[in-house]
Amino acid sequence: MTVLRKVLFALALPVVLFAGWFWLSDGSESFYSPPLRTILTAFADTWQPERLRADVAPSLLRLLAGYLLAVVIGIGLGMAVGLNRRLRAVLEPVLEFFRAIPPPVLVPVIMLFAGIGDGMKVIVIVFGCVWPILLNTVEGVRATDSVVLDTARAYGVTGPARLTRVILPSASPQIAAGLRQALSIAIILMVISEMFASSNGLGFTIVQFQRSFAIPEMWSGIILLGLLGFTLSLLFRLAERRALRWYEGLRAARRRAG
Amino acid sequence: MTSARRGNPVLLGLAGLAGLLLIVELLPRLGLVNERFLPPTSRIVAALADEVSTAAFWRSLGDTLYAWALGLVLAVLAGVLAGLVIGSVPVLRELTASTVEFLRPIPSVALIPLAVLLYGTELGSTLLLICYAAFWQVLIQVLYGVADVDPVAEETARSFRFSSWGRVRHVLWPTALPYVFTGVRLAASVALVLAITAELVIGAPGLGKEIATAQNSDAVATMYALIVVTGALGVVINLLTRTGERRLLAWHQSVRGEVAT
Repeated sequence: MTVLRKVLFALALPVVLFAGWFWLSDGSESFYSPPLRTILTAFADTWQPERLRADVAPSLLRLLAGYLLAVVIGIGLGMAVGLNRRLRAVLEPVLEFFRAIPPPVLVPVIMLFAGIGDGMKVIVIVFGCVWPILLNTVEGVRATDSVVLDTARAYGVTGPARLTRVILPSASPQIAAGLRQALSIAIILMVISEMFASSNGLGFTIVQFQRSFAIPEMWSGIILLGLLGFTLSLLFRLAERRALRWYEGLRAARRRAG
Repeated sequence: MTSARRGNPVLLGLAGLAGLLLIVELLPRLGLVNERFLPPTSRIVAALADEVSTAAFWRSLGDTLYAWALGLVLAVLAGVLAGLVIGSVPVLRELTASTVEFLRPIPSVALIPLAVLLYGTELGSTLLLICYAAFWQVLIQVLYGVADVDPVAEETARSFRFSSWGRVRHVLWPTALPYVFTGVRLAASVALVLAITAELVIGAPGLGKEIATAQNSDAVATMYALIVVTGALGVVINLLTRTGERRLLAWHQSVRGEVAT
């Protein structure tokens, strides 16, 4: 019963909105907002396997490459900076400044260095995503419970084991928050870098549709991007819940106690 | 205490910034990086000085700040209102949860083509993107805030026959306020990013457009100077929202605790 109710509640509004859009737009003569029926037909016609391979796959690969690189660099550097008090004091203002730069303005700069190929797009994504991961890792490492650190030292846990068994797990909830921020930045930069200069990719295709006034196709591209953003954030949440299950449990227990 | 031995963090931070400036000066001078890609600090500073003396720069800065402020205010008003209404009616909350979760992760840049068609290169395009991106940040925080209301306080207010407005004013609002501020802080930086992005990609008037123009006319030093300005703007906005939050919430437990420790 409660499951049924939950499903019903989760689906009710989306269904109403979708139906509303469908019926209200059905007779639409407006050039810019064509009937949803037309958009859906365009969606099916446009995003054929061939186009998915030619335009969506390269986008996703660049996204993945850039994001993973940013994760490795961000967590690695973040640990180093977080563990060294003096290094942190020296670098903090510089890092804060780099984080405050709106990532899309990096596209023209990186185009100077790396041209307009795949490399440029991956570097743009890395450069935009790395700051939230880096700064959150620094914060997380810094906030490691000193009792835990001392206990680990007393038991002779040192070297790599100290990093992977003590510091990394204790910083992981904070790191996860940085990773989540970075993911949405990565998607934005993937699209922007392709809108700037590209010959394939999702962002390129959508702008191409807009410039050639293929409006239903453009709408279908926007919907595809939305679905992509939704799917990626869903995947991230599932992964996060798996990796941080202990933390959720801990937090729930603390809340009950408090 | 030990700060003298460990070094003053402010001084160390300044040293870090000075180091960055020095590295940027030396890299092109020593020929490690092509000067056409990364001009030395001194040239960037000179370009910045040139820019600052032009009226066009201040007009662009004004355009960017205007779009940012207007978009932020609209998004915050809409977010707070929607959040309070949705959050305080459990049925609405359940009904909208899935839709909010679906719409929120949609990257706002997906709306760029739509904004161009609807508003061209006018302010409207920038506002559409800013509002879309900033709205969710505020809404989510307000929803958390409303959920955080202490049931005992709520029931006490009911027993004392507070009107619904009184309960919103004296129970709901003070509880939600810190969350609202967190939302505003997040939304303020997101709004700046989107303002610059819209100007850069669409060509709406503002700093972003100036960056695009500098890039197209190969004025690399000017481009770097403008990017530095956007970064400085981001830092200033961060600092202002953080201090504003601390000032306005001085009475609140979380801030009081922060100050005490």
